[in-house]
Amino acid sequence: MIDKQVDSVAKAVADIPDGATVLVGGFGEAGSPIELLHALIDQGAKNLTVVNNNTGSGHVGLAALIENGQVSKMICSFPRTANSTVFPDLYRAGKIELELVPQGTLAERIRAGGAGIPAFYTATSVGTPLAEGKEQRHFDGRDYVMEYGLRADFALIKAKQADRYGNLVYNKTARNFAPIMAMAATTTIVQVQSQVEVGMLDPEHIVTPGIFVKRFVNVANPAHESQLVNAGRSYP
Amino acid sequence: MNAIDQHTEVAQQPWTRDEMAQRAALDIPDGSYVNLGIGIPELVAQYVPQGREMIYHTENGLLGMGPAPAAESVDPELINAGKKPITVVPGAAFFHHADSFAMIRGQHIDVCVLGAMQVAANGDLANWSTGSADAIPAVGGAMDLVAGVKTIFVITQHMTKTGVPKIVAQCTYPLTGQGVVSRIYTDLAILEVTNDGLQVLEMAPGISFAYLQKHTDAPLLAPLSKIT
Repeated sequence: MIDKQVDSVAKAVADIPDGATVLVGGFGEAGSPIELLHALIDQGAKNLTVVNNNTGSGHVGLAALIENGQVSKMICSFPRTANSTVFPDLYRAGKIELELVPQGTLAERIRAGGAGIPAFYTATSVGTPLAEGKEQRHFDGRDYVMEYGLRADFALIKAKQADRYGNLVYNKTARNFAPIMAMAATTTIVQVQSQVEVGMLDPEHIVTPGIFVKRFVNVANPAHESQLVNAGRSYP
Repeated sequence: MNAIDQHTEVAQQPWTRDEMAQRAALDIPDGSYVNLGIGIPELVAQYVPQGREMIYHTENGLLGMGPAPAAESVDPELINAGKKPITVVPGAAFFHHADSFAMIRGQHIDVCVLGAMQVAANGDLANWSTGSADAIPAVGGAMDLVAGVKTIFVITQHMTKTGVPKIVAQCTYPLTGQGVVSRIYTDLAILEVTNDGLQVLEMAPGISFAYLQKHTDAPLLAPLSKIT
């Protein structure tokens, strides 16, 4: 019998080793898997390469994981946000590496990685500093840069509902990177607000088919980053 | 009291942020799929002329973005690309990031309105980094938008707060894209990027061509005389 549910966030992230590459869902706070990130802080894996659009805010969630010294490199498009000080301070001090990727290129690199496509060409960044050192080709009168597909060891994402097969639906703009990150990781770990019986999700409405999900854990009332930040909370 | 233009000897009335947004909105055709950048461009949505319908794309994953909600209806999982709370209009659709940027890269979005740090006479745009050593580089979706959207409008003040021209012969800041801007809406004028250079389409009330040229760091083509 297939049942991808595990009964705690601690069990969900237990096998993430030092040095892993981890895709973390979310655009700003929408879709940020805060409870999984806090479990990863408790677990303690170090020297991680983390892929996220941003770098978290305040002293919770992704920012807390970075602040706890567990991340050696960030791959992201927009590493500063309102209330974001942890990453900028470490970056200026030379204590964390940054690979800056245009947002759409980041998304397509993840999608390509998940789809088994090693590289692709895009017009994004041509003629800018972010194209320097990259292979370029000319197609139909236009220049394009080559970008590599991005695969990872783990993905930590948040969804609204799952069934035991790991089929997922999301909530509004919290979907953002989660479906493509689920495809691009060897082990995709999901926190969901509720579980439903197999057959309850309309097959026409499933966004992420369970084949892309390794395990999920119920977090019925997930925290919202902005509320924790406004309350001055920090983790641990 | 507005300054007197020494060339026309009438009071200068530069366009306000709202007037710039209103003027840009006039130039967006009915039925367009539109992406609005952060800042003054966000105001464009308030000035859609009556009888026109536009669908707003926000690149974090929504077509059919509506206005900001009342404080009690804010949903942290319903935000725009500026990470601000929004609403959805009837007929809206959510999608993931790769689909969202396929809409952009695949040239499905008709118009994008962006802010600028510098725009060059050839349409080069710089709006993501000053290139200074202590800056934290952050690009977001700007490079994807300028590379993929069919028509790029820029709304910006004509000069910086210290009076330095933002419309230049060549950008000194790192580029977001080469030759991507179609039209520039500033507080002083509307400029079209053409193969011959920057064509002045309109000037704010009381602004003379001589004054405009003095505060623009690239040669301007004078507005064509109106046929009456």
